[in-house]
Amino acid sequence: MSATTLLKVSDLQKTFGGKGGLLGRGRPEVRAVDHVSFEVRQGETLGLVGESGSGKSTTGRVLLQLEHPTGGEIEFEGNRLTGLSKSALKPFRRKMQIIFQDPYASLNPRMTVGDFVEEPMIVHRLVGGRAERRARVAELFDLVGLDPSFARRYPHEFSGGQRQRINIARALALEPSFIVADEPITALDVSIQAQIVNLFQDLQERLGLTYLFIAHDLSMIRYLCHRVAVMLRGKIVEIGPTEAIFANPQHAYTRALLSAIPVPDPDVESQRHAIAFDYETQKSPDGAEMRPVGPDHYVLA
Amino acid sequence: MAPLLQIRNLTVEFSTRAGTLHAVNDVSYALEAGETLGIVGESGSGKSVHALAMVGLIPTPPGRIVSGEVLFEGVDLLKLPERELRDIRGRKIGFVFQDPMTSLNPVLTVGRQIMEPLRRHLGLSAAKARARAIELLDLVGIVDPARRIDQFPFEFSGGMRQRVMIAIGIACDPKLLIADEATTALDVTVQAQILELVRDLKKKIGTTVIWITHDMGVVAGLADTIQVMYGGRIMERGPVRSVFKDPRSAYTWGLLRSLPGKLTAADQRLYQIPGSPPNMIHPPAGDPFAPRNEFATERCLREVPPLLQVGAGAPGHMAAAWYDLPAALENKGYA
Repeated sequence: MSATTLLKVSDLQKTFGGKGGLLGRGRPEVRAVDHVSFEVRQGETLGLVGESGSGKSTTGRVLLQLEHPTGGEIEFEGNRLTGLSKSALKPFRRKMQIIFQDPYASLNPRMTVGDFVEEPMIVHRLVGGRAERRARVAELFDLVGLDPSFARRYPHEFSGGQRQRINIARALALEPSFIVADEPITALDVSIQAQIVNLFQDLQERLGLTYLFIAHDLSMIRYLCHRVAVMLRGKIVEIGPTEAIFANPQHAYTRALLSAIPVPDPDVESQRHAIAFDYETQKSPDGAEMRPVGPDHYVLA
Repeated sequence: MAPLLQIRNLTVEFSTRAGTLHAVNDVSYALEAGETLGIVGESGSGKSVHALAMVGLIPTPPGRIVSGEVLFEGVDLLKLPERELRDIRGRKIGFVFQDPMTSLNPVLTVGRQIMEPLRRHLGLSAAKARARAIELLDLVGIVDPARRIDQFPFEFSGGMRQRVMIAIGIACDPKLLIADEATTALDVTVQAQILELVRDLKKKIGTTVIWITHDMGVVAGLADTIQVMYGGRIMERGPVRSVFKDPRSAYTWGLLRSLPGKLTAADQRLYQIPGSPPNMIHPPAGDPFAPRNEFATERCLREVPPLLQVGAGAPGHMAAAWYDLPAALENKGYA
C-alpha cells in the first residue's frame, strides 16, 4: 500500500493518576496508552480492537486532543498537533471528528436535531448566513438517510438508529477528513447495526473519509476495516492488513481474542474452542519492539 | 413426562404516560428438564419482560399481567402468593442479570451475598454456608476462593463479578437458571470462559437454562433450542440447527443475513433490515415485523399469524408467518 499518511502517532503516552493523592500516599499510575506508534492512511479504515481497559478509547480521545497526551507526538496532514495552543488547534479540530457509542446520551434533548447539526457551523463560523446553514443541514440529513423535514423535531422522537444518523450528520457538518468512531454500533439494536455500517461505508466512498474504527465486535471489524491494530493494556501488540490478522494472527493475545468470537453457526460452534491467554506468562517481553512478520504486518515481540 | 416449565398465553402490559405498552403478547412455550433455551431479540421484543413477569419480578403497577399461566413443576407461579414465590426464586429458579456492577451489594462481602440464599432457602448453618460458598466460587473458576470470599465486589474485575453473580444464581442448585444478557457487558475472552462454565455446569448438575441474548453466535454455541422474539411475540422457535440452516421467519432470516460473518466489504454490502423496531405503545396491527418485511403479504399487515409447526422442518421447528419464506426468497432471487 503506497497511500499517503493522514495521521501519524509516535510514541504516544497517556497516564492517569500517579501524582501524590490524598494524604500524600499517591495513587498507582495507570498507563492507559503506553508508547504507542502507528499511522492512519488517507482513505482507509483502521480498526482498533481490544478489551475494556486496553486503552483503545483513550487513544482515540488523545488523537483528537480531547485529552492531552502525557508524551509523544501526533502529526495530522504533516502538521504537529501536540503542543499547539487552543487557537492554533482550531482549524485542525474541524477536520477531525468523533462519533460516540451512545446515540442517546450525545444528543441535547432541548435542541431540535436540526439546530444540533447546525451548531458546529456556527461555532466554527464555517457557513455564512442562516439560510445557507439551513440548506447545508438539509443536505446533511439527506446524506445520512434522514428526511430533511425531520430537522425541526426533538431527539425523543427518534429511534436509536436515527439518533446515530443525526450524530453522524453533525460530525460531517464541518467537512472533516478524519473520523474516530468509538463503538458506534454497540448500543444499537441488532437489526439496525447493518444499516449504520453500510452508511459508514457509503460516506467513505462518497466523501473520501478516513476512519479510525474502535470496536470490540471483531466480525464487524473484519468486514469494515482495511487494517487492524490490536491493543492490550495500553500497547499495540499487533497491526496489519485485516485478512493477515484474521488468517495468520501472530501474537498470543490476538489468537486468544479471535478464538473467543462466537460464530452464528451451530456446526462451527460445536467445534470451536477458545484459546486461553495468560497475561503474566504470555505478554510481550520487556523491551519488545514491533517486528515485521509479513507485508505491512507487525507484531510486538 | 410433563415439561419443567410451561408458559401459556402470557400477556403483559405497562401503563405509561404515552399510553399502554404491549410488552408481551400471547406468548406460549414449554421447556423440558435439562434443555437449554436461547432467546434472541432486541429492545422491545419482550424477551426480558416475559422472564421477569413469570417469577413476579415486574413492578405492578405500572406493569400488569393481563392473562396467562406459568406452570413450573405443574404449579402456576402467577397464582402463588409473594411469600411462596420468594421461596422458589433463588432456590428452584436462579437468576443472572446483565450488570454485575449494580446487581451486587457494594457494602457486603461477596461471601455474605452467596451465603444469603444458602442460609435462607436451605437453612444451612453459617459454617456450612461458608464452606458451600467457597465451593461455589471454586466451581465458577475463581482462584483462591477461601481468601476471595471475604473481599468486597469492588475488589473483583467485571468478569469476576459476573462469575460471582453466577455463583449466587446456582447456589441452591436451581432446577432452572435464567440468564438475561449475562455476558453482554463482558469482554469476548471473558464471555468465552463464562459460556464454558455454563456448559460444564449443565454437565455436572444438569441445570435447565434460559439464556436471553441478542447475540446469535452465543445461542449457536450454547442452546439446544432457539426462540426468536419480536414485538412481544415468538416469531420462530426450534432446534438450533434447523432454525439456523432453514429459517422460516423473515426476521430470523434478516438477522442472520445481516451479520458479516467472513464477508469483507470488498465482497459485498451487508444485508440490512429496513426501518426500526416497533413502538409497542402503537404496535402494528398484524405481524409485528410486517412493516419492515420485504416479503410481507396483505394478510401480514392485517392479521397476527399463529405459531405453527414448519411443514418440512425438524419436529418442534415452529414459525409465525403467513408467507412461505423459502418460496419468497427464491422469487426475489435471494437463494
